[in-house]
Amino acid sequence: MINELLFMNGYGVYVLSAFSFTLFSFTALYFVTKKQFVKEQNKFVAKFGLLNTDKARSAKSQRINKEILANATNN
Amino acid sequence: MFKIFQPNKIFRLTSKAPKYILFLFIVVLSIGLMEALILSPEDYKQSDAVRIMYVHVPAAWISLGIFSAITFLSISGFIFKNKNFFLISKSLAPSGFVFNIIALVTGAIWGKPTWGTWWAWDARITSMLILALFYAMYLISWRIYESDEKAFKISTFITILGIINVPIIKYSVDWWNTLHQPASINILSKSSIHSSMLFPLFIMTAAFALFSLLIFLMKYNTELIKIKNKGLDRL
Repeated sequence: MINELLFMNGYGVYVLSAFSFTLFSFTALYFVTKKQFVKEQNKFVAKFGLLNTDKARSAKSQRINKEILANATNN
Repeated sequence: MFKIFQPNKIFRLTSKAPKYILFLFIVVLSIGLMEALILSPEDYKQSDAVRIMYVHVPAAWISLGIFSAITFLSISGFIFKNKNFFLISKSLAPSGFVFNIIALVTGAIWGKPTWGTWWAWDARITSMLILALFYAMYLISWRIYESDEKAFKISTFITILGIINVPIIKYSVDWWNTLHQPASINILSKSSIHSSMLFPLFIMTAAFALFSLLIFLMKYNTELIKIKNKGLDRL
C-alpha cells in the first residue's frame, strides 16, 4: 500500500516533488511573513516603552494602538 | 462608503482572524491532500501524473485572481483616493507571487512526464512567466520608492501594464498552437473533468484560497503596525 502510494505507476517522483515544493513554499512564506509581523510588533512595543506619560496616554487613546499592545502581550 | 473598512476599525478582526484561518486551512488542506494523493482516480492517459493538477491548477487560478484584484484595487485607490486599497493590494501581492512560482515549477514538473520536457517557450507558459515578472516588479516598486505617493503611482502603472497579460494567459491556448492543453473547466459550459477529479480540485482550491487569505491578513496587519510605528515617531 505504502509502496504503491509512493511509486504511483512510476510517476511518484514527479507527483511528490510537485506537492513537496508547494508545501515547502507555503511553509517558507508563512514563516517569513510571521517573522516580519513579530519584528514590527516588537518595534512598536519598544517605541511605545520610550514614550513619556503624556505621549503614551495620547497614543493609547487610539484603539488600534491598544489592540497592537494587547496582541503583543498575548503572543 | 468605505469608512467601515478603515484599518483602525477592522484591526481587531484582522488581528484575531489568522489563527482561526490557519486552523481551517490545515483541516481543508489535509482533506484535499488525502483526496488528491490517495482517493482520486488516476487518469486513463496520464496515469498518476494527473495528480500534479491538484496543486498546479489552483495555484495558477489564484495567482491570476490575485493579480486581477490587485489591479482593480490599485485603480480604485486612485479613483477614490483611498490609501487602504493600496495597502490591501500590497498585502495581497506576496501570496500571488508565490502561487505564480508554484504554478510555473509544478507545471515544469508535470511537463517532463507528459511532454518529455521541463520547459517550452509556448504561449501559456511564457505568458505565466511574464506575469511572475510583473509580480516581481510590483513588489520591488514598493521596496524602491520611499515616498508613498510615488510607490502608489508606479505600482498602479505596473498593474495596468500587467493586466493586459491576464487575458493573453487565459486565451493563449485558444489563440495559438500550444503544448499546453485547452481549459478543461469552463463556467459557461460543461466541464470535461469527471466529478471524482473535480471534487479534490475544488477542495485544494479552497485550501489555497484560505492560505492566501491567511498570508494577506498577516501581511496587512504588519503593514498597519508599520504605519503606527511611523506615527509613534511623529509624536
